[in-house]
Amino acid sequence: MSMVHVSARVNGDAVEFLCDSRETLLDVLRDRLALTGAKEGCGTGDCGACSVIFNGRLVASCLVLGAEAEGAEIETVEGMADGEKLHPLQQKIIEHAALQCGICTPGILIAARALLAKNPDPNEKEIRYWLAGNLCRCTGYDKIIRAIQDAAAEMREEA
Amino acid sequence: MQYLKPASFEEAVAMAGEAHGDVRFLAGGTDLLVRMRMGRVPDVLIDLKHIPGARDIVCEGGGWRIGVAVPGAELTEHAGLRADWPGVVEAIGLIGSTQVQGRATPVGNLMNASPAADSVPALIAAGAEVEVLGPKGARRVAVGDIPTGPGQTSLAQGEVISALYLPPRGAHGGDAYQRFIPRTEMDIAVVGCAVSLSRDGDVITEARVALGAMAPTALMVEEAAAALEGTTLGGEALAALGEAASAAGEPIDDKRGTAKFRRHVAGVLARRVALVAYERAGGAK
Ligand code: FES
Ligand code: FES
Repeated sequence: MSMVHVSARVNGDAVEFLCDSRETLLDVLRDRLALTGAKEGCGTGDCGACSVIFNGRLVASCLVLGAEAEGAEIETVEGMADGEKLHPLQQKIIEHAALQCGICTPGILIAARALLAKNPDPNEKEIRYWLAGNLCRCTGYDKIIRAIQDAAAEMREEA
Repeated sequence: MQYLKPASFEEAVAMAGEAHGDVRFLAGGTDLLVRMRMGRVPDVLIDLKHIPGARDIVCEGGGWRIGVAVPGAELTEHAGLRADWPGVVEAIGLIGSTQVQGRATPVGNLMNASPAADSVPALIAAGAEVEVLGPKGARRVAVGDIPTGPGQTSLAQGEVISALYLPPRGAHGGDAYQRFIPRTEMDIAVVGCAVSLSRDGDVITEARVALGAMAPTALMVEEAAAALEGTTLGGEALAALGEAASAAGEPIDDKRGTAKFRRHVAGVLARRVALVAYERAGGAK
C-alpha cells in the first residue's frame, strides 16, 4: 500500500495527513480530518453533495485524490459560519425551508458561495445552470433558488 | 497504486517507461477517478499538473498553446480564447457540471476517446493539434488522428500529450458548436456538430465541419465543408450542408437515440451551427 504525505490548508488552517494514494479528497476530509460536512451522494461526480472549493475553484471532492491536495487551499462548508453566526446563505436556506433531508445542502451552500463570489446578482437561470451538478431529491429546487437570491440581496447590501 | 509527480514531460515519459503494469497519466481526473471507483485502479499514476507550463494558456505565433492541466472553467473565462475560438470554448463549457469544469481538461476529454466527447468535434473543426511526447521524441498530431475508436487512441504505450495547440484564427473567421441532448444540462451528446469557417465579404472561403457521436470517433465531413465553400450560406447551401451531415458516418441505435434520429439531428444541427459560425465570422459576438 502506497501512502502519501500531504500538507494543505483547510478553511485557513494548516493540515497534514497521510493517505492511501487511491483515497479521494472526500474520503480524506471525512475520515482523516473529521470534516463530515461534504457528503458522498454518488462518488462519481454526478450529485455535487461533496462540493468543496479547491484552490479557488468549485470541484467535486470525490473526483480529486487526497494526494493531489499537496499545497492546496481547500474551503468546505465548515468554514462558512463565523463562530455562532451563520453565513447569509445558511441563514436563508433555513428561513426559506430550502432543505429537508439536508444531504445536498453542504454542497449547495458551497456551490452557491462560489457563484456569488463570481456573480453577486445572479438571475434564476444563472443559478439553475450553475447548480445543475447539485442534485436535490427533496426540495424541488424552487426554495433553494429563492434562498440564494435572498441571501445574495442581503450580501449586496452589506457589501 | 504509485502516485508520481514529474517535474517535466521528459521525466513523465521516463517514469512511464520504467513503470510496470497499467500506467495512467492524470490531468483533471474527472474520467479517471470514475474508472478507479469502478475498480480499474492503475498500478502507476503520473500526475502532470505540476509540470511547468501545464497550467498555462499562452498566445504563440498568433495561435494558442494550452497546457494539459488547464481546466474548462479557466478556458471559458479566458477573453482572448473566447474572442478567437468561441466554438471551441462553448464546446468545452458544455462538458459536465460546474464542479466538473473546475477540473476537467480538453486533452482529458480527447484521451478519454468517447465518440460523443463535446470538445473533440470543435477542436477538429478548428484544426487543433497536440504535441505527443514519447521515448522517440516529440511529434505534432492533428486532434482528429488521436481517437481511433471508443476508448482507444493512437498513442503508443509510454507516450503522453504535452500541449494542445489552436492555430491563428485569421481575419473574418468564426466557429461554433452545438449538441443535441434530451435535457438542458449535464448529459452526453446524442449528436454534436462543430463548424469553423472564414469569410471574404459574404462569401465563405474556407470551411471545416465535424460531427460527434455519428461514428466510433468524431468525424471531419469534407462533403459538408464543400457544400459551404464558395457560397453566401443561402438556402441551397444550407440544404446541401444538411444532407451531407445527415449522410455522414455510421450512427448506431442506442439508449440515447436511433441511427435514423441521429442522421436527422446531424442535418438540423449542421445548419444551425453553420449560421452561428457565419454570423461570428462576420463580426457578431
Ligand atoms: S459524491 Fe461527489 S459528486 Fe456525488
Ligand atoms: S434536502 Fe434532501 S437532497 Fe436536498
